Amino acid sequence: MLAEILQTLPQVLVDGLALGAIYAVIALGYTMVYGILELINFAHGEIFMTGAFIGVAMLILMTGMGWLAAMPAILALILVLVVTSILTGFMGVGIERMAYRPLRNSPKLITLISAIGVSFLLQDLVRFITEYKRGNYILTGPSMFNEQFAIKFSSISSSFSDAFFKTSTIILIISVVLMMIGLDFFVNKTKWGMAMRAVAQDRETASLMSINVNKVISLTFFIGSALGGATGVLFAVQYGTIDPYIGFILGLKAFTAAVLGGIGNIRGAMAGGIMLGLLEMFAAANLQLLTGGIFGAEYKDVFAFAILIIVLIFKPEGLFGKAVTEKV
Amino acid sequence: MGIKKGLKVLVASALSLGLLAGCNASGGSGGSGGGSGKVIKIATQTPLSGGSATLGESIKLGAQLALEENKKKFEDLGYKLQLQPYDDQADPKKGVANAQLIGSDKSILGVVGHLNSGVSIPSSEVYEKYNVPMVSPANTATEVTDRGLKTVNRIVARDDFQGPAGADFAINKLGAKKIFVIQDKTAYGTGLADAFKKAAEDAGAEILGYEGITVGEKDFNGVLTQVLSKKPDLVFFGGLYTEGGQLIRQARDKGIKIPFMGGDGMDSSTLVEIAGDAVENVYYTSVAADASKTDEGKDFSSKYKEKFNKNVESYSAYGYDSMSVLLKGLEAAIEGNDGDLPSREKVAEEIRKIQEFQGVVTKVGFDDKGDNKFAKVYIYKFSEAKYPGVQEGEISK
Repeated sequence: MLAEILQTLPQVLVDGLALGAIYAVIALGYTMVYGILELINFAHGEIFMTGAFIGVAMLILMTGMGWLAAMPAILALILVLVVTSILTGFMGVGIERMAYRPLRNSPKLITLISAIGVSFLLQDLVRFITEYKRGNYILTGPSMFNEQFAIKFSSISSSFSDAFFKTSTIILIISVVLMMIGLDFFVNKTKWGMAMRAVAQDRETASLMSINVNKVISLTFFIGSALGGATGVLFAVQYGTIDPYIGFILGLKAFTAAVLGGIGNIRGAMAGGIMLGLLEMFAAANLQLLTGGIFGAEYKDVFAFAILIIVLIFKPEGLFGKAVTEKV
Repeated sequence: MGIKKGLKVLVASALSLGLLAGCNASGGSGGSGGGSGKVIKIATQTPLSGGSATLGESIKLGAQLALEENKKKFEDLGYKLQLQPYDDQADPKKGVANAQLIGSDKSILGVVGHLNSGVSIPSSEVYEKYNVPMVSPANTATEVTDRGLKTVNRIVARDDFQGPAGADFAINKLGAKKIFVIQDKTAYGTGLADAFKKAAEDAGAEILGYEGITVGEKDFNGVLTQVLSKKPDLVFFGGLYTEGGQLIRQARDKGIKIPFMGGDGMDSSTLVEIAGDAVENVYYTSVAADASKTDEGKDFSSKYKEKFNKNVESYSAYGYDSMSVLLKGLEAAIEGNDGDLPSREKVAEEIRKIQEFQGVVTKVGFDDKGDNKFAKVYIYKFSEAKYPGVQEGEISK
């Protein structure tokens, strides 16, 4: 049994890393907003989904005009990533402005419900527009970065088999790492980052220290949503097909990842996302083996969520979170 | 104040009148001019919105064509035929709610539908209660007719025929010895995959794995890693084209070049759109014949194209044939009742009695459960990214 698990391990690691990277960036959006407003922005998964649709729509448009053939694919992707992240960034700011800010002093449950409302609204809006334009809401983008690679793990030791992946996996992982390093630098080293941390710690006191709290909150939403939208594009390039409902399940898992790493903690969210991706992929590939055929791959989510529950029981602040002492 | 109030009432009543008029206009599509005698409505229930709308609409349009061609005949008998389309949204709850409406509308004497077995099964319980005869153009799940309802009929093959037909082809024609089975955990996917698995094992093939995936997921790499390590000759997928297309695409990205096989759930142009070039070397069994193979089919396709300005989909002709069979039963019921409006029970009986009816794509003869004795399974192959695939074989019972 162990030999068989080892055999597939390289492939599981590569796929799990790709999926985990996506979870990690989406988890950042949840964790940043929670850190600052103590609000779980359930519309974040839908911002990711909208980003994916904007990106694919741009790629299709560019293919139609012949641009995609004319310029290097990587350049086109960067262009699409930048435009999409700016658009979704402003979308995030708009959502905060209209659906959360007027409710900022209401009970937390009210903003939560408002967030769920926004997420349904976005799902159906995207579905309506796509169906109106294309007649079908399942959208397939032009295929890019399809060259395949194999890492010859088998030459290291015969107990491993080779891992296969395509160029888009590398691009996905590199972009996500760049985004995460950039964000980490921004939050920890810049003036605006310091303001964000201050607001996260205590909104009232920060405002007394001449920090424009509303501006900082808008900035947080902009960055979180821009990262989410860019991830949406990368997701669409990696997996090819998208529909308006991808945001729900992915968002839920990314939220789980954020909780796993300690919600409100940026590095924790990154680690939690990658762990969840690896765990899920490992479960999908090996559950049948581990349980002797009783549970199949379809139970991978149960496996991942069971681990989450165990973590939360024994370390409720998450793996990387600090136990918060209640403000008095 | 008085004038203002009066105006409001006027506007409100005008609006509601407009609404009513709208209902009528959308309700009786093709309900053109006068006509004599009593109105007989035939309902269709298929998904007209959402992901399966392409297939659902093609069934409706096929049925509409058959109904309009038969209008004249029924006018001579003294009845005015009308089509009443319902949208079941591929959702069992919606299907049952519509079925209640159909049951309570006394002028509806039959239903053509549904597309999804999962919708058909609960809805037909309601039809049975109200004795509304149903002819299904597309349901393959065994349970649809196995419950022995006297109103439920279908003109396509069952899963316990389609699965084994696929297994037979995979083992004897493709020479597959080691097979990996994946299914999507729905009533359709599991039923088909189980039927395939059993038949393949009986024929001596080795099943290397039997795995499930979740509908709506986009990443199937975990399952595919197992496929990669077990090195089968063929992968069978029981499920629909959305997941199927993704699965095939991701498998090819992993360097899995072996043939894939699936059921009629893969029979859609969207599969090719999703999988792209990866669709090469994919086989699928379908209960739907390629209408362009026969002269009648070609005639039908051009009529359809001329009338609706759309190309036929796999189930267009089945919608047409279902409606034709239903109307034939209705006609017999009217004649057997001396020209008076027959009861629904009578219509259901007459439909079940049909034994030799030549439709555009299939011959129809119902057995005592409501299954079509002449239903066939067809096997197609994609050798390039173009829909539909090339027909490789056809299997009859």
